[in-house]
Amino acid sequence: MRIARKRRIADRGFTIALACCGLLALIPLISVVWTTASRGLRRLDWDFFTQSMRGITGAGGGALHAITGTLLITFAATLIAVPIAIGTALWLVEYAAGSTSPVIRALARTVRAVIDVMAGIPSIVAGLFMYAVIAVTVGPGYRSGLAGAMALVIIMVPVVERSGEEVLARVPSELHEAALALGVPKWRMILKVVLPTALPGLVSTLLLGVSRIIGETAPLLLVAGFTDSMNYDLTDGRMVSLPVYVYSQWQNKGVDAAAYDDRAWTAALVLLAGVVLLHGLARLVVRRRNQTR
Amino acid sequence: MTIEIENLNAYYEGLQAVSDVSMSIPERAVTALIGPSGCGKSTLLRCINRMHEIVPGARVGGGVRLDGADLYAADADPVEVRARVGMVFQRPNPFPTMSIAENVLAGFRLRGERLSKADSESVIERALHSANLWDEVKDRLKRAGTSLSGGQQQRLCIARALASRPDVLLMDEPCSALDPASTQAIEDLIAMLRAEHTVVIVTHNLPQAARVADRVAFMATTETGDGGHLIEYGTTDEMFNHPVRSATQDYIAGRFG
Ligand SMILES: Nc1ncnc2c1ncn2[C@@H]1O[C@H](COP(=O)(O)OP(=O)(O)OP(=O)(O)O)[C@@H](O)[C@H]1O
Ligand SMILES: [Mg+2]
Repeated sequence: MRIARKRRIADRGFTIALACCGLLALIPLISVVWTTASRGLRRLDWDFFTQSMRGITGAGGGALHAITGTLLITFAATLIAVPIAIGTALWLVEYAAGSTSPVIRALARTVRAVIDVMAGIPSIVAGLFMYAVIAVTVGPGYRSGLAGAMALVIIMVPVVERSGEEVLARVPSELHEAALALGVPKWRMILKVVLPTALPGLVSTLLLGVSRIIGETAPLLLVAGFTDSMNYDLTDGRMVSLPVYVYSQWQNKGVDAAAYDDRAWTAALVLLAGVVLLHGLARLVVRRRNQTR
Repeated sequence: MTIEIENLNAYYEGLQAVSDVSMSIPERAVTALIGPSGCGKSTLLRCINRMHEIVPGARVGGGVRLDGADLYAADADPVEVRARVGMVFQRPNPFPTMSIAENVLAGFRLRGERLSKADSESVIERALHSANLWDEVKDRLKRAGTSLSGGQQQRLCIARALASRPDVLLMDEPCSALDPASTQAIEDLIAMLRAEHTVVIVTHNLPQAARVADRVAFMATTETGDGGHLIEYGTTDEMFNHPVRSATQDYIAGRFG
């Protein structure tokens, strides 16, 4: 009896301690959201979403050019990085892992090592690398959204590849066998069984990758440059993104410093809201899928 | 469709699992493979639809003939062989992303064979009837295959295998994950399938082998260390009531394995 009671008390104490840890972790999160929201709300107006900063030196203006820039650059980077990353993950999990050929095994080991190294590259280095590549190939003065996206690809591929590999490896071997035993060619099994089964996990993988790059500032500053004007063309001319916009508003305050601060916070709020929205959307997609099953 | 197994040797990387098995499996009958754990029953079974070779490093020597056609001939396509020989696994494995109906049609869909709506419906109904599952699921064909009970899932997997009208059905311990009632349902089903199919079943359950099988093959490893051999093969009555080899007698009597 007494032992049981002691155990109950220990249990209760442990539960409370863990709950406290959970609450503690919430504090920074809540304070970030709170600060960003309360300061960002000041300029959360129509102008912010409909105007660029062209010709603005004091109050007013907006971040339309940065919002479109973020959307375009992130979209382009995702479009390039995800096929590379998921393709690599599929090759490693579905082909290389089951191979007895020493050549393929060595190749797989090399690919994994390269991915590991890529994952450790600081984003500024990825930016510098793209800068150097562009300086040699196109010319040192060239800036564009696409160049920025390419720098982000370097950052995004290892994140998506590693997480994708984990997700794909969790597809049960029973399902592989079930499909093969029905006389399904391997490539069709991968397209029709492995990928659909892994889809919910792959959606969160995609999200992880997008969240990783959507807030990147340094590499974009280097190769996409900065501008106050609209630019819809990924291949030509400077293109600004939200994080770069936040940075430059904060860094280069004009005479009316408060106006610059306000714009920086509002842009930060929009970025935060965008990421939250993305998460919500992805959850919805996954839930929808699970329901239609 | 008769199955002729000729001097079959099967290897995993650095290990022989089946040694020199030759046997003739009659059509429209149930043949049970029995023997102690690790004696190569599953391996032998998986050589009959060329599933053995998907294991990295696995090899097969010797041959298997289906109605005379050599499955291991140089121009035989393993993918085609698997489409003609159905297989049911120990653990039910319906596709979790597919409904009950889609699971039944999975063979066609995944192979990229198109069926008209009318054909699909008749295939679904026929296969589910053959698997003795139709009455239980006919009102919820759109529900997930994984929403069924374990026994129902296993019958769904049998329906999935039967949908492509295979001549041969291979079953690897199909009841070992199931409760007695579901086991009964599957055994009844096997008795029905015998009329049209060649069934080969691996089982650890000797009473089950005695109930469902027409012929029984007893496999065991020997001291030679070269994997499982076919020790004795005969009708169910011969094997259970008058086994010739002492190893078979011991196994049947429960003295080893
Ligand atoms: N994927 C594999 N890789 C390497 N060796 C394997 C593999 N599968 C089985 N083996 C080995 O091959 C031998 C035969 O295995 P098999 O699965 O055919 O036996 P079994 O008779 O089906 O046994 P059980 O009754 O336990 O299912 C065993 O020694 C086993 O360890
Ligand atoms: Mg087995």
